[in-house]
Amino acid sequence: MIDFSYTIWILLIPLIVFVVTGLTGNRFKPIVTGIIGTAGLGIVFLLSVITAYKFFFVLDKVDGAFQRLLAFNYTWLNLTDKLHINIGVLLDPISVMMLIVISTVSFMVHIYSLGYMKGEKGFARFFSILSLFSFSMLGLVIATNIFQMYIFWELVGVSSFLLIGFYYEKDSAVAASKKAFIVTRFADLGFLIGILVLSYTTGTFDFITLTGPNSPAFTSGQGIMFLGMSTMTWSMLFIFMGGAGKSAMFPLHIWLPDAMEGPTPVSALIHAATMVVAGVYLVARMFPIFHHEQSALEIVAWVGGFTSLFAAVIACTQYDIKRVLAYSTMSQIGLMMLALGVSGYGGEDGLGYMASMFHLFTHAFFKALLFLGAGAIIHAVHSNYMHEMGGLRKHLPITHATFLIACLAISGIPPFAGFFSKDEILVAAFHHNKALFAMEYLVAGMTAFYMFRLYFNVFWGKEQHYHHTPHEAPLTMTLPLIILAIGSTFAGFIPFTKLVTSDSLPFENNTEWGIAIPSILIALVGIGIATMLYMKKSDTSKKVSIALGGFYTAAFNKFYIDQVYLFITKKILFNYVSRPVAWFDRHIVDGTMNQIAFVTNVASDKIKGFQSGQLQQYALAFVSGVIGLALLFTYLWTN
Amino acid sequence: MLTLILILLPLLVAIGLFFIKNERWARNLALAAALIESGISIAALYTYFNFCHCQLLFRFEWLANYGISLKFGMDGLSMLMTLLTNFLVPVVIYSSFTQKVERASSFYSLIILMQAGLIGVFTAFDGMMFYIFWELTLIPAYFIAAYWGGENRIRITLKFFAYTFSGSLLMLVAIIYLYFHTPLPHSFDHIWLYASNLNPAEQVWVFLAFFLAFAIKIPIFPFHTWQPDTYVTAPYSGSMLLGGLMSKMGLFGMIRWMIPITYPVLNRTDGFFIIFPLIGIVYASLIAIRQDDLKRFVAYTSIAHLGLVAAGAMALNAQAMQGAMIQMVSHGINIVGLFIIIQYIESRTKTTSIAELQGIALKAPRLAVLFMIILLGSIALPLTNGFVGEFLILLGLFKYYWLYAAVAGLTVIFSVVYMLWMYQRVMLGNTNTVTESFTDLSWKEMIPLIAIVIMIFWIGIAPGMFMHLAENGVRQIIGVVR
Repeated sequence: MIDFSYTIWILLIPLIVFVVTGLTGNRFKPIVTGIIGTAGLGIVFLLSVITAYKFFFVLDKVDGAFQRLLAFNYTWLNLTDKLHINIGVLLDPISVMMLIVISTVSFMVHIYSLGYMKGEKGFARFFSILSLFSFSMLGLVIATNIFQMYIFWELVGVSSFLLIGFYYEKDSAVAASKKAFIVTRFADLGFLIGILVLSYTTGTFDFITLTGPNSPAFTSGQGIMFLGMSTMTWSMLFIFMGGAGKSAMFPLHIWLPDAMEGPTPVSALIHAATMVVAGVYLVARMFPIFHHEQSALEIVAWVGGFTSLFAAVIACTQYDIKRVLAYSTMSQIGLMMLALGVSGYGGEDGLGYMASMFHLFTHAFFKALLFLGAGAIIHAVHSNYMHEMGGLRKHLPITHATFLIACLAISGIPPFAGFFSKDEILVAAFHHNKALFAMEYLVAGMTAFYMFRLYFNVFWGKEQHYHHTPHEAPLTMTLPLIILAIGSTFAGFIPFTKLVTSDSLPFENNTEWGIAIPSILIALVGIGIATMLYMKKSDTSKKVSIALGGFYTAAFNKFYIDQVYLFITKKILFNYVSRPVAWFDRHIVDGTMNQIAFVTNVASDKIKGFQSGQLQQYALAFVSGVIGLALLFTYLWTN
Repeated sequence: MLTLILILLPLLVAIGLFFIKNERWARNLALAAALIESGISIAALYTYFNFCHCQLLFRFEWLANYGISLKFGMDGLSMLMTLLTNFLVPVVIYSSFTQKVERASSFYSLIILMQAGLIGVFTAFDGMMFYIFWELTLIPAYFIAAYWGGENRIRITLKFFAYTFSGSLLMLVAIIYLYFHTPLPHSFDHIWLYASNLNPAEQVWVFLAFFLAFAIKIPIFPFHTWQPDTYVTAPYSGSMLLGGLMSKMGLFGMIRWMIPITYPVLNRTDGFFIIFPLIGIVYASLIAIRQDDLKRFVAYTSIAHLGLVAAGAMALNAQAMQGAMIQMVSHGINIVGLFIIIQYIESRTKTTSIAELQGIALKAPRLAVLFMIILLGSIALPLTNGFVGEFLILLGLFKYYWLYAAVAGLTVIFSVVYMLWMYQRVMLGNTNTVTESFTDLSWKEMIPLIAIVIMIFWIGIAPGMFMHLAENGVRQIIGVVR
């Protein structure tokens, strides 16, 4: 038996770094905070790699399956005799995989930020909160129970809020951070209700019990139906609501594009690679129960599928490069959700599950790379808009090369990472639901199109007039790009079917070329169209958008979802509900009470005459009055 | 004995303070007394945990013929509430040191008198003692608001007084009525009162009297209209005492007296009375969103938060009640923190209007961070003090009736909406003419806030001790109810 108890340090190190840097604040030179933070994450990264190696390759398997280990467990609260809240470390294939994803990307982002954030006023604050985020996110994935997950889930939300609003003197950033917090919190209300239902019906929070073969979730909460679904289905739907909020699934997605107001490294870490996949991870974590509640799983599949298409359409129309990437993230996460939704359980039936985790893994690399690349571009030209860019490939050779790799990876061109994982998703969808499968072919084409639209607009085409000649970023920024590019190239060869599967048992799987080849062709078509339209600046793209007419306008305006929300909150809630209620309180409730207490007014006139006297006397009189009154009452009533 | 000292010490100090002419001396003495009181509280806590889980009982037959005795003690509930009181009173006193206070000796004397009253309320195990101390707290509260208050103070304070006093008179009647239905020989002792023999109709009347008294004090919708005005008018120290501690008297009274005595009414009415605080949560949250005055804003958030606590207290199960106890402590700490911050803002900008403020964070990062932490506590973020209690209440309410939990759960989202929106408008963005010369907090100003922040994290991260105290107290109450 290998001792894994050291894994608690994966959690503690970023926490200590956060507390130390948070308290010392501006006492040191900012760069010291940056280096402490980066070093801390470096250690976490090493520990995660060691843990992964030991877990997957050294630890004995039980009946051929990977174990689920409680590496650390501490009872935080006893709610009732049976219901406890524990904080601990659960190691199983998905949590170990997530440790790798988070620590790698976070470490890269830390290094990158040393360069990117240089000279920012809040440099120390930035690194401090980045550590808080890493702590929360790591705590989320190694949670041993759903309650621990919820705790860290909320903390992740706060760190995200603090980082989106990093430039707090900027109104748009402040508004975006608030929006992100409120929308995800709204979703978390669902999550919380889901947890309440689940713990009430099963009597436990514990993942090992809940998702084990004899889970109480399979038996309890089945009998009572509400609106045609069992209690357990409802519970899963509520929990999925939480996941959908964090993972920006339609219609709770509106916060993610705005969240791009945060510094770009934050977008890469939180809003592309780690936090936004927490919802996917949550569904994967609870997968046996979701699988048992097929109607809930069906909803997961459709929400994921619809979001992936919806976001891809919008991504094709946006000009802000970070927003294109944000919608692309939504689309890819939709794919992961869809993969879980169409998955079965165990062996090859669990292909979708494996594919989802695989895609989560590869996506983290190439999407972080895309964002960090976008950061380097923005750093060079001081603009977010692709029509203010062009011809940058000469000025930013490293950024260009790594960005191209990421584009190829996300478009699903072999041998880059995205090809393998996306292919598995398509296969899983094909075996389960042909409509969703067809939708995903479409998404694949659009993904390739919008990525290369971005790529050509930025790196090719006519050179713009820049304020100063764009130059390549410093080594602290390019090094992470190169490392992530290596990851995006080779991550696809990791045999996920042997490592991360729904029942922890390895299975054999070969690429189904019958599905893969058309998908490559579709991607190539998408790239081809983008090449035609955008490699040289021309009017053709304008003409196409005009030809599409209303549909283009709607997509460009993100299908007006934001306006609908604004209408509901600002107009209806604030003006037509909140204001009248305030009026009602003042005039009706208070007014009625005043009428009832009419005597008060009369008495008030009398008391007004007293106010100039000695305070002490009145106090004394008052005390004796009250006590006297009490005694009088007792005397009168007893005799 | 410790219990008696806890009550007598502030009582004597309060009287002494009246006669001290030197104002500097007076306020330092007040602080010293409050700190000593905190020390005694900790000693009591130590005794409680290490020597006896008994109740540190003091008993003196005062009017034996009438069954009135000076019976004070500390079970888990009392312990929690006295700890809260003795933590907050020094904080309140210290935070007022940065302000100019006229007639300081009377002012601090009244605060310390208030402390005595509160401790009496929280430790009384005799119905008549409970009532006497309950009224005793009203005196300093009234005078603090009426003499040191702001605009319209007389009218508003009188409204406050009329409301709470009529509530308490009803309670007095109820207590005396109960007394005559206790087993012979009649007694005001809480065990006797719990055992009083009422028919269902009588129970309803007694329940209503108690409910009204407590609902006004907390306050619960629709008996809350005295509260926003009073919080706005009262001086900051007064608002802190009212919001942080006096409102807890009502909740405490519910748990200690109303529920064990008249729980059959709650059972028979199928949770009808929980609907009032539930309405209050939504209603007050909606109003809070629209408020422009910071103090009024805090007043409405308080109605919403305490609505949740009251709902939890009346759900008649151990989790919800335990959560209510924890949440009472948390709310007391957070609301005092919020008032201290508003006090600092007003003393610098001479305004409490949200619309006039902007961009303070740029000028005062320390204030911004401390404010943010207190705000996160108020919105019940995990690992801050608001979370555990809120979760327990929701869990308990869910057991009681799922729809109640769903409505109460709205607080999770509402609190974020109004709190963040307020914070955004006051603290973030660029500075304007009102805030451009805003200075950051001095160390002296930060001390009370740091104490509060420490409590926020303590209860949030390691709630074990508080949970233990709450559980211990709640078990007895639930034992009676079962």
